[in-house]
This record gives sequence, structure tokens and C-alpha cells, in this order.
Amino acid sequence: MSVVVEGRNLIRDYHIAGSLMRPAKTVHAVKGISFAVERGKTLAIVGESGSGKSTLARIVALIDQATGGELLIEGKPVDIGKTRPTREMRSKVQIVFQNPYGSLNPRQKIGDVLMEPLFLNTDTPAPERRDRAREMLVKVGLPAEHFNRYPHMFSGGQRQRIAIARALMLNPTLLVLDEPVSALDLSVQAQVLNLLADLQEEFNLAYVFISHDLSVVRYIADDVLVMNQGEAVEQGSREAVFADPQHPYTRELFAATPVTDLDAIRARVARRQAMRAAAGG
Amino acid sequence: MALLTIRNLTVRFGTSTGSFTAVDGIDVHVDKGEVLAIVGESGSGKSVSMLAAMGLLPDTATVTADEMTFDGRDLLSMTPRQRRQIIGREITMIFQEPIASLNPSFTAGYQIEEVLRLNAGLSRKAARARAIDLFEQVGLPDPEGKLKSYPHQMSGGQSQRVMIAMAIATNPRLLIADEPTTALDVTIQKQILDLLMELQQETGMALILITHDMGVVAETADRVQVQYKGKKMEEADVLSLFENPQNPYTRALLSALPENATGDRLSTVASFLEHEAQP
Repeated sequence: MSVVVEGRNLIRDYHIAGSLMRPAKTVHAVKGISFAVERGKTLAIVGESGSGKSTLARIVALIDQATGGELLIEGKPVDIGKTRPTREMRSKVQIVFQNPYGSLNPRQKIGDVLMEPLFLNTDTPAPERRDRAREMLVKVGLPAEHFNRYPHMFSGGQRQRIAIARALMLNPTLLVLDEPVSALDLSVQAQVLNLLADLQEEFNLAYVFISHDLSVVRYIADDVLVMNQGEAVEQGSREAVFADPQHPYTRELFAATPVTDLDAIRARVARRQAMRAAAGG
Repeated sequence: MALLTIRNLTVRFGTSTGSFTAVDGIDVHVDKGEVLAIVGESGSGKSVSMLAAMGLLPDTATVTADEMTFDGRDLLSMTPRQRRQIIGREITMIFQEPIASLNPSFTAGYQIEEVLRLNAGLSRKAARARAIDLFEQVGLPDPEGKLKSYPHQMSGGQSQRVMIAMAIATNPRLLIADEPTTALDVTIQKQILDLLMELQQETGMALILITHDMGVVAETADRVQVQYKGKKMEEADVLSLFENPQNPYTRALLSALPENATGDRLSTVASFLEHEAQP
């Protein structure tokens, strides 16, 4: 198994300029995180708002540069602050964002959305670009006839399929998924998660899956990294983390997640009835 | 004992392309001291039916119902003035976006004291004292200091606590919570749900919880009503619903939960939806 992406002690600081009334300060958003993802595997990064998980996603997706540490894509160090990544490097890593209403240009037809990555990063001729875009639409479960439609004509789940299709146009080896299903309804969420599982199998993709939803993570992840305030408080295989969480924060997160377990519901209903009986008597 | 009874509620919105039926013949009833969860995905009409009961829909909405009574009083035939004696006092509501629900230009203290003066008839001084008590009751740190805080100075969880304090200020008999924790992190969600359940048990008020999250339903509700495209699909006590769902849509919804995955793919609601699409 080959490692697609590796982070070594990644750090990201944000410097906030001071003003007359306020001294300048530095926010340590990511405080030295290390991880590795192999081909065909999924690393889930879990955390609450402000944990630094999206900052980490942006570093891995080559959007933001790290302040410290090293990022390796297929074994090659990449530092977007020093050298512009090559088109090949850009093609290897793609990202899907949380909100499919914000991540598609409302004035761009779906076909153009899908062809643009090829136009910018490859020398593929126009007819081939068109064919590949149509093929990709079918792959993500949309009819090829939707090629000439605009984003507003699609539902949230369909738009997320389009965003996924766009990310796959360059045959990446790594997909960064930043909360890809949290804006979707439960039924649509299941469809998109299934699609991601199918595509991972077909293209042997590595996923870095950012999420705050533990039930989704448990379903999709091979490895789990729990972040809190910029630190990786727990890291391990899905089985290990879910069976026996070590860090108090992970335990707190698990305890706070609502469960639909029948025994738990039964126990709660019994508690409530007992309390009612006590109050009534 | 029925507290709120709604029979055959229909809500239509007039749009430029004709009328759109958001709620289509829904019945809702809540007993005193009961926790009812209304579950559905977007477009199920779960919020609209409660906004209709509160009289909070815009003029473009046409609301009809065979019956709409609160504690034996008919909400439909009431004058707006009489209705305002109930809405905001005996029935109160909190919303999904706590920060957007508060007015950014006024302090939390000003906003809750306004409720206490107008709806509970307290004097300025009494309102201030009661506001501090309420802030304490909803677990806000430094209640006196928080009176002087503006919404932007508080976190999402704290803002929702302020909203809850405002909602229970008049000792309502029914609190409607519309996705109260959807915008919050899970650890904060747990705190807010625990708080709502605690307050419900202390005061004996009824609680209608509108949500799309089956986990939240499992952890709070006595009884559950499942809605889909403006229609009621199923109604059951919480245990029966999860143990033995009767309606195909409910079954589809439950099997779409990632924690209920069998094998390596999730079952989706799609098969149900396709079946539904055929006339």
C-alpha cells in the first residue's frame, strides 16, 4: 500500500494585526499534526467548530500554506509558499466543500463547471473535455443531458454530486472532503455517502474526510483523528477509537452524540415514567 | 389532557406560479407536560405547521383548519388581541439560529426585561431581578454581567440559553422549539437539550420539538410525529417508532441512519421516493 498524503508536524498560525486599542496576537489554529493516508483509505478528521479541522483541510488541499512542518504528496514534499505547485501536483489533490450552494458559480453551466479543471490544468482538446464531462456526470449518478443546466436547477444533493464530479475530473489520487454531507437531508446524505464509497472503490481514492458527525465517521472512516483546539488529541484506527476512546475529550464527544439505540431509548422512557409517577404520587 | 389540538391543518402559499401547499391536512395534538417531536426533512412542513399555530406566517399564506384549540380556547375565532394574550405568554417559541433571533443592537438584559415588562407585567426593577433569576436558571455564567452583554459578545450556546430564558420568562404551558440545536456543536447541543428537558420536568410545561435529527428525537421525545411533504406519515410513542416503525417512509428514514448501516452501503430513501413519485 502506498501512502498518498503525509503530514509531518503541520503547524498553522494566524497573525491578527493589532490596532490602537488591541495588541496584535497570534492564533495557533493547527499545532503540530502528523498523519498519513494510503491509497483507497479514508482518514476522518473529527472536531467541533474552532478545532482547526478545516484549516488542516485547506493545507492538505494546497489552498493554504502551513506555517511549519512538512506536507508530502505521494512522497514529494510540497510547500506552496515557496514554489508554485505543478499542474500535475494540483491534479492529484482535489477538494469538495460543505455547502454546494456556495461552491458552484450560479452563472456557470454544469458542463463548464466540469470542463474548467481540464481546461486549466491539462492540454485536453475541447471535444475530449466535453466527452469526459458527460461521462463523469453519469458516473456520479446524473443524466448526461444535465450538461447545459445551471446550478439553481438542481437540489442540494444533486449539487453535491456535481461538486464531487468536478473534483474527480483530473483523476486525483486524494480527495479532501470538508463536511460534504452536513448540509444535506438524511436521505440524501445516505445517497452521497454511498456514492463516495462507490467512487473510492472504483478509482482507489484516498479520502481526507472532515466531519463533526460521529455516526457518519464511524460508517465511512478507516482511521480517525480527533482534533480539539488545534491539537490531535486522539489518533488511531476506527475500531480502536470507537471501541476504547482514550482521551477525555473524545469520550466527552461520544457521550454528547445522540444515539438511536433501542436499549438507551427504553431506559430513558422508563426513567421519565418513574419521575412522572414520583411527581404524581 | 389535550393542551393544543389542531385538526386538518392546511397551509397554502400563493406564488407567482400558482399556489403551493406546504402543509396538507395535518393533525397535531399535545398533552399537558408532554414532549412531542415533529420529525421531517426539509420541505416536510414541520416548521410551517407550528408557525401557523403561532400566527407567525406572512400574508401570502392561507391557513385553514377544522379545529385549532389551546386549552379549550378556540384560536381560530379569536380576535388578534385575544390571541396575543396566549401567543408569547402561554405558548412561546425558540428558533434555530440563536444569534439571529436576538436583536444585535440591544443587550441581552434589555431584551429579556422587555419580555418581562410587556408579557409578565413586571416593573423595571422586578424585571431586572427576575431576569437575573432566569439567567441563573438556564445556566448562564455570571448572570448579572450577561444582562449587559450584546449578542455578538456571546457564543451560540449562550445566545440559545438567553432565548430559552426569554421563552420561559412567562411560565408558558407550551414551548415550541424549532431545531433549537441544529446550529450548535454536539457538546453544546447536549447541554441545551439537557437544559430543555430539565426545565420541562421542573415546570411541567409541554414541549414541541421540531427536528430533522433522529438522534435528538431518541433522546428527548415521549411521542413522535413523522412528516413528509406536508403530510403526516406516522405517529407513535418514541419506543414503538424506533422499535417497530409502521410507515414505509419512517422505515426508510431509520435505515438511512449511518449507525444502522448493514454491510458496506447505506440503504437510502430513494426507493421509497421513487415509489411515491408514481401517481
